[in-house]
Amino acid sequence: MKNLQEQEKQELLPVERSVFTAPLQRRSFLQFAGAGAAAVALVAAGCKKDKNNDGPMVPGGVTLDFKDDFGVLNYAYALEQLEAAFYIKVASNLPSGFTPEQKTYFQDIQFHEIAHREFFKKALGTAAIGSLEVNFESIDFTSASSVLGAAMAFEDLGVGAYNGAGKLLTTPDYLVLAGKIVSVEARHAAYIRDLISPGSFASSPQVDDSGLDKALSPKDVLAAAGKYIKTKINVTNLA
Amino acid sequence: MNIVNILEEIEKVDGEIYERLNPRRSAMKDFYNMGKKVALAAMPLALGSMFTKAYGQSTPATVTDVLNYALTLEYLEFHFYNHGVEAAPGLIPAGLPLGAIKTIRDHEKAHVALLRGALGGAAIPAKAYTDFDFTAGGTFADVYTNYDTFLAVAQAFEDTGVRAYKGRATELMSSPGVLTVALQIHSVEARHAAHIRTMRAARGAMIKPWISLGAGGVANDTGIAAVNPVYAGEDTEKQATILITGIATGVTKAAAVESFDEPLTKEAVLAIAGLFIK
Repeated sequence: MKNLQEQEKQELLPVERSVFTAPLQRRSFLQFAGAGAAAVALVAAGCKKDKNNDGPMVPGGVTLDFKDDFGVLNYAYALEQLEAAFYIKVASNLPSGFTPEQKTYFQDIQFHEIAHREFFKKALGTAAIGSLEVNFESIDFTSASSVLGAAMAFEDLGVGAYNGAGKLLTTPDYLVLAGKIVSVEARHAAYIRDLISPGSFASSPQVDDSGLDKALSPKDVLAAAGKYIKTKINVTNLA
Repeated sequence: MNIVNILEEIEKVDGEIYERLNPRRSAMKDFYNMGKKVALAAMPLALGSMFTKAYGQSTPATVTDVLNYALTLEYLEFHFYNHGVEAAPGLIPAGLPLGAIKTIRDHEKAHVALLRGALGGAAIPAKAYTDFDFTAGGTFADVYTNYDTFLAVAQAFEDTGVRAYKGRATELMSSPGVLTVALQIHSVEARHAAHIRTMRAARGAMIKPWISLGAGGVANDTGIAAVNPVYAGEDTEKQATILITGIATGVTKAAAVESFDEPLTKEAVLAIAGLFIK
């Protein structure tokens, strides 16, 4: 742990990066997670740990408070929950129209999204929002084309979401982490686009004539994701 | 041109410029949206005026440095592909492969224009094909006669590009509008990387669209030792002190490695790029 922090300090973030010296407001969520993880461990003791999200459901909805970086990270966590739930459902009964390679790669993607989701959950600790309930009624999971279309929508949306949220973060560490994830989402998006239409990995209008990917506001992203999420998502302090 | 003229000029494309100017943070917030109001062709120019004149006394030195660094890499990529398309007949198969390489070439060209526009007078001098040696001193001697070598070098450039933008994003945090543009380029480079990897896989390379763990657990998943520095550290299985391997059932070390792309430092990227710059 110490080694990694040392390494990151040197390699990634030359300025103001120590979790121990940062001001309270910008204190690393790792430190926060230290306390959080303990609490979560108590609550979750006895819960079976599997690939399904087994956190508490939230009857009154969840709140993404963008007043600080935790809100932005929870926003990412919400999207990763959605993506993970989608791919878990896909992988549990892969469309018969998938090639063996597609089957393998959709399993891969499933585990990437689960890893992202669990990372945020663990890192946010007690600051994490609860588990979202999803609604995939509009997707025909037996149809390869329906699954691919939905996968493309999720991946392109995810890329645009991270691109748009980067500037909302104030802590360099978190920006780097978001960057580490968004390029993997972009790789997914490119792969899935090529399956739907070979050569469309970076087609217009997803990538514009200036060679730029989309950067979407949380408002636009949540509006687009809304049809797949049953849990009410309250948003505050979003300019 | 005095400041009032500049503001008036900007106001033509962004009626809220005066509100944006103060406070600084909100000034930058809707920067991206502004792009939509500007004709695409005018985008680089508009960006340039914004960066250098509207949102600060001048572009901060670190931001200029990062943008010139990015510009160097974009020139490298553009000339690499452009030569393959224009001056190496028969190298890239007609149809989808040539179409894809042209798409990527065009994006790199657009990135060059965008960055030059953003930097204005602070941009480095334009780089020509002759400024580069894409054989890297003979390491890739057949890069323009052997399609597989060409694709292998392309993959190295794209994966390096992704790591390069990621590695310096934090230096752009003082200029949120610039940061967003950099992120928008960053994910396009990742799309390119995934596609080039898919092209190589179609030709028999054991490679995935995402960077996985190499054979025998090494960081470089390409099987080409000459590009080891491009993948240094990509075998990281911990993120922010959290071990990703085993974080849930089925998350193997390979999955952990694939799930997160790693940044590269400026020095590491320049060392790689330097092999191809005369």
